Amino acid sequence: MDLILLLTLLCVGYIFGRIAESRHYRSIIEREKKYADILLFAAKRAPPEMTGVDAVLVSGSAVISSDYFKWFVAGLRKIFGGRFRVYETLLDRARRESILRLKQQTRELGGNAIFNVKFESFNVTMGARGGIAAIEILAYGTALIPQRTV
Amino acid sequence: MTTEILISNLDYYPGRRIVRHLGMVQGNTVRAKHVGKDLLASLKNIVGGELTGYTELLQESRSEATSRLLQAAQSIGANAVLNVRYQTTSIAQGAAEIMAYGTAVVLE
Repeated sequence: MDLILLLTLLCVGYIFGRIAESRHYRSIIEREKKYADILLFAAKRAPPEMTGVDAVLVSGSAVISSDYFKWFVAGLRKIFGGRFRVYETLLDRARRESILRLKQQTRELGGNAIFNVKFESFNVTMGARGGIAAIEILAYGTALIPQRTV
Repeated sequence: MTTEILISNLDYYPGRRIVRHLGMVQGNTVRAKHVGKDLLASLKNIVGGELTGYTELLQESRSEATSRLLQAAQSIGANAVLNVRYQTTSIAQGAAEIMAYGTAVVLE
């Protein structure tokens, strides 16, 4: 009985997880093209020739959860160690999603450059240690918005 | 209102000179997860994907911490907060503290 439940959860996790992940990646790639003209800089200082700009703090974040299948595979992986491929995509998705939200906010403000971009990650895994992993990635930085000439 | 306070994570403000430094200001908030949302999220955990409820919760908390930061800056007479950073700490099962801190300054 327990085995049936486990197998069902694994199948559900695998199928829906795969669907959700590929759908998310498609949307990420599409939006990355859309916002490709907005540039991110890790530099703290903007080039001095950038004048007549307003500096606005912008941030974007996303909490992405693992699925049951990934969690199970990761559990097995832990025995042997090595590369956790299943979780790499999770973090990649969260990070790219948060960058896109950062860019979206900048676009709404009318800017096209973000300086001093910082990332922060926060583990929101539920249950005690060993729960199904979920992670929040926050990206923030300062958007330089050209001042409107009235 | 605190809307006129400028906020950025650069350590200068483009095109404006810093007249006075007023020291560090901070704002924090501790938020816990909602049981209902937690239940939904644990179901979502099986299939994976974005936990929208949590994204929103953390965003709300972050803006709360930011507004407290701005209040603190305003109360000491600053008109901008520079070099702002965020920090998130898990303090208990299902509760997190979000802190925002930065340097309060007076720009000319």
